Amino acid sequence: MGYVQGLKCRECGREYPIEPIYVCEFCFGPLEVVYDYKKIAKVLNKKKIQQRAKTLWRYKELLPVEGDPVAGINAGFTPLVKATRLGETLGIKELYIKDDTVAHPTLSFKDRVVSVALTKAREFGFDTVACASTGNLAHSVSAQGAMAGFRRFVFIPASLEPSKIIASLVYEPNVVAVDGNYDDVNRLCSEIANKYRWAFVNINIRPFYAEGSKTHGFEIVEQLGWKTPDNVIIPCASGSLLTKIWKSFKEFKEIGIIKEVDAKVFGAQATGCSPIVTALKQGVDVIRPVKPNTIAKSLAIGNPADGFYALQAIRESGGYGADVSDEEIIEGMRLLARTEGIFAETAGGVTVAATKKLVKEGYIRPDEITVICITGNGLKTQEALNGKVPSPHYIKPSLASFEEVMKDKGLL
Amino acid sequence: MAVKVKIPTPLQRLTNGKDEVEGKAGTIIELITDLDQKYPGLMERISEGGKIRRFVNIYVNEEDIRFLQAENTTVKDGDEVSIVPAIAGGSLK
Repeated sequence: MGYVQGLKCRECGREYPIEPIYVCEFCFGPLEVVYDYKKIAKVLNKKKIQQRAKTLWRYKELLPVEGDPVAGINAGFTPLVKATRLGETLGIKELYIKDDTVAHPTLSFKDRVVSVALTKAREFGFDTVACASTGNLAHSVSAQGAMAGFRRFVFIPASLEPSKIIASLVYEPNVVAVDGNYDDVNRLCSEIANKYRWAFVNINIRPFYAEGSKTHGFEIVEQLGWKTPDNVIIPCASGSLLTKIWKSFKEFKEIGIIKEVDAKVFGAQATGCSPIVTALKQGVDVIRPVKPNTIAKSLAIGNPADGFYALQAIRESGGYGADVSDEEIIEGMRLLARTEGIFAETAGGVTVAATKKLVKEGYIRPDEITVICITGNGLKTQEALNGKVPSPHYIKPSLASFEEVMKDKGLL
Repeated sequence: MAVKVKIPTPLQRLTNGKDEVEGKAGTIIELITDLDQKYPGLMERISEGGKIRRFVNIYVNEEDIRFLQAENTTVKDGDEVSIVPAIAGGSLK
């Protein structure tokens, strides 16, 4: 019942069967899933999608799995929030937040990709799933792997903050703390993936895993009443999410769900790690890797694997990009929280602040329908706001003290 | 003395199983062109049209050549060049 034809190298076009592989043997380019869109167009339409449960599996024909999901049964279909108050502040009449801070089960968009990755891992016959991560991905693999009954190995740099480790440990995976930095952990994991038959979701399962990000885009289109927004602002780490959202719009057009793709995609990065936005601004094709230095740690990838493809998508759509400072990121997080009641992680601050900049610079016009992608929950990285939010009002447990302090501050 | 060139596992079939070979001083692209004489097929695997392929990283003494002068980075005798396929992934999230 699957609609996947195979894997294909994005660089040289060599084709491969559906296997847990991710790199072209010839040119080392990344492999991408190829679908039979003609076949999908015959079986999938708006009505059929709308009849299904409100999860990301309502688009299952456009996901690279054969059978029923074994993970992320309730994942996806997060709210598209109409952000009137934030819109007023930013000067956008029709603004929406695609809110993955409430993704099930671990509060970030990684639940989407891990749902697909673990389902595919089971189909490939793996009994062990693994990842190299420091945050959202580790949490999702730990939690969803528990629910689906996999052995789990999560590799982290040993120097990671305890709060982030606890958010994985609670699900009791095997957490392997490596004496080294992220790059060391990643390099080690690819060696382990070569030697042991484990499903590393973001290594040997990556072509399938990454497809899960498309559901963020499918949902935006459906929730807007089956049309693409004029502008979508997307945070960029590896560049994969942006690439896949753009792909999701094109796929909906390909199978006739929408008539046209009339959207610009914009990349948002922190100034301390902005290789994609820098290449955009300089008008070049080559992404120059950088050494990250930003509080937006979940976006701190100095050598983005999908950076080139993200650039292509942005340019093809007529979009652009913006990078923002750590101060602007904090202000973006606070602005989103105080206007819309949404507490995003630092990456959300990047996206909100970048949107503000893009409006100011005239790339996004006030009368256009604009969607901001918020990909993770702020409760996970509260330390980013230490000393950056207002203090409580301290009082004694008496009405007199309450009134005195409040009057003192002009609040009564 | 020559330039030391470290060969990644997937390319060792072309270098008769050797994980390190010796090359001539000059620019990176000259070095690779020269190595291709000794180990035919090496060049097309790591470069196309005189450019290093997008998903191949080359380091000179542990510095990524993208931070130097890319294909035109010069190497001298005693330098160490590593050819490393980029992990198609590397998401740190």
